[in-house]
Amino acid sequence: MDFIEAIMQYEFLQKALLTSIMVGIICGVVGCFIILRGMALMGDAISHAVLPGVAISYMLGINFFFGAVFTGILTAIAIGFVSQNSRIKHDTSIGIMFTAAFASGIIIITMLKSSTDLYHILFGNVLAVRASDMWITLGIGLFVIFAVYLFYKELLVTSFDETMAAAYGLPVRLIHYFLMTLLTMVTVASLQTVGIVLVVAMLITPAATAYLLTDRLWVMIFLAAGIGVISSIVGLYFSFTYNLASGATIVIAATAIFILVFFLSPKHGLVWKSLKARRKRASLI
Amino acid sequence: MNHAISIENLHVSYHGNEAVKGISLTVDPGNLVGIIGPNGAGKSTFLKAVLHLIPRDKGAVTVLGNSIKNARKKIAYVPQRNDIDWDFPITVLDTVLLGTFPHLKWFKRPKKKDKEWALQCLERVGMQDFKKRQIGKLSGGQQQRVFLARALAQNADLFFLDEPFVGVDAASEKTIVNILKELCREGKTVMVVHHDLSKATEYFDQLILLNKELIGFGPVSEVFKPDVMEKAYKSPFTLRNEIGVTM
Repeated sequence: MDFIEAIMQYEFLQKALLTSIMVGIICGVVGCFIILRGMALMGDAISHAVLPGVAISYMLGINFFFGAVFTGILTAIAIGFVSQNSRIKHDTSIGIMFTAAFASGIIIITMLKSSTDLYHILFGNVLAVRASDMWITLGIGLFVIFAVYLFYKELLVTSFDETMAAAYGLPVRLIHYFLMTLLTMVTVASLQTVGIVLVVAMLITPAATAYLLTDRLWVMIFLAAGIGVISSIVGLYFSFTYNLASGATIVIAATAIFILVFFLSPKHGLVWKSLKARRKRASLI
Repeated sequence: MNHAISIENLHVSYHGNEAVKGISLTVDPGNLVGIIGPNGAGKSTFLKAVLHLIPRDKGAVTVLGNSIKNARKKIAYVPQRNDIDWDFPITVLDTVLLGTFPHLKWFKRPKKKDKEWALQCLERVGMQDFKKRQIGKLSGGQQQRVFLARALAQNADLFFLDEPFVGVDAASEKTIVNILKELCREGKTVMVVHHDLSKATEYFDQLILLNKELIGFGPVSEVFKPDVMEKAYKSPFTLRNEIGVTM
C-alpha cells in the first residue's frame, strides 16, 4: 500500500513506473521475434554494443540515442560480415564483436572520468529517470510498437520461413537489419530501467515464458508484453521498497514468472507433461 | 509461347569450389520435372541458384519470358523440411495463409476471402480437419501436405519443391504426387529435387540428371537409362544401390 501511496505522491516514481511499463511492453514484443529467430545471443550482443555509442554521444554532447543506434547497427553488420566471409561461425563472430564494442565503451567512459554514469548505464537506475528520458522511452516505444504492427506480416513470414520469403521477393536482409534497428532502439529505451547488462533478460525471458503458453504468434506477443509489464511493476516495487537496483529486481521478477510457467503451463509445462505421461503409462498396465 | 524456365550457362561456387557448372536447359509449361543425382551433386544448390536465392557466378535465368526478379510472384517454393522450425507458434491454417502474402501489398492484412481461399487449398490436400493444430503436432506427411497447400495458396505458375518426400508416408506421397500431376495438367510447371530413384520413372515427365554438371536432360525414357545414369553415379554398383536392385 505504501508503494501505491508513494506513486500518487512522488513524481519521480510516476516517471519510473511509466518508463518501466513501456520498457516491459516493447521488450516483450521485440523479444518474441528475437527468440523465434534463434537470435537470443544477438540480442545480448547488440545491447552491449550500444555502450561505445552512448559514451561517444556523452562526449560530443548529443542525445545518446543517435550514438547508440549507430554502434549497435555497426556491430550487427560487423558480426554478419565476419561470419559470412570466413569459416568463423555466427555465435563466435557475435562473441568477438560485441565484447570488442563493449570494451571500447568502457575505455571511453573511463577516460571521461564518469564512473557513476557507467554504473547507471550498466545496471539501470529507474528511480533517477528524468522527464526527457521518459519522453525518449515513450517515443521509441510508440515507434517500435507501430513498426511491428505495420510490418507484422513481413516479420512473421521471414521469422518462420526466410527462404520462402526471399523466393517470393521480400528483401529479407533489409528486414533482418530493420529488426536489428528495432532491437537497438529497445535497448536504448531500456538503458535507464534495466541497464545494458540485463536488457537481454527482458527481451528473452518474458517472450520465452509466453512461448510456453501459446501456439499463436500474436497471442505470444501480447502475453510477452503483459508479462514484461507485470515484471516491471513488481520489480519496481521491490526496488523502491528495499532500495535495490531496479534492473536486477525487474529481471528476477520476470525469472520468477518464467519458472512458474515452466512447471505449470497447461500446454508445455513440465508438471502436466509428466502427469500425462504417467497416466498414459498407468493405463497400459 | 514462352518457355516456363530457360537457364543459360549457370555457374555457382562456394568459396571458389564449383558446385554447379555451366548448366543450360529449357523447360516448357506443363511438365513435372525431377532433379536427380547422387548426394552432393548440387541439386538443392541448383534449385536455389535458379531462384537466385544464392549468388550466381555466371548465367542467366528467365521464367515465362521474365527475369526472376519480375516473376517472383508467380513462383512458389517449398523448402526442405530441416529448414523449418516445427516448434514455431503457428497453426496449420495460418501456415497456409502465408501463401496469400505475396499478393498482399505492404501493410495489408489477409482478409476473409484470403482465409477462405487458404481453407480451400487445405481441403485440396485433405488437411482441413487439422486447421487449428500447431504444425509441429502433425506427421511428416501431413506437414508436407500443409506446405503444398501453402504453395497452392500462392496461385503460382511455377512450383519448386526441395526433397518433398523425405520423411513422408506412402499415402501422403501419393496425394502430393497426384496434386503435382494435376497442376501440370492445368499448364503449370513443377520442379522437384528428388533422391529416391525407385519412383522417378513413375512420377516425372522429364528428368534433370546432375552431378555438378548437367549429365542428362530430357524425357524420363531418355535419361533414365543405365548408360546415362552411370555417368552421374560413377559406378554401376552405387546406382544399383540407389534404385534398390540387389544382385
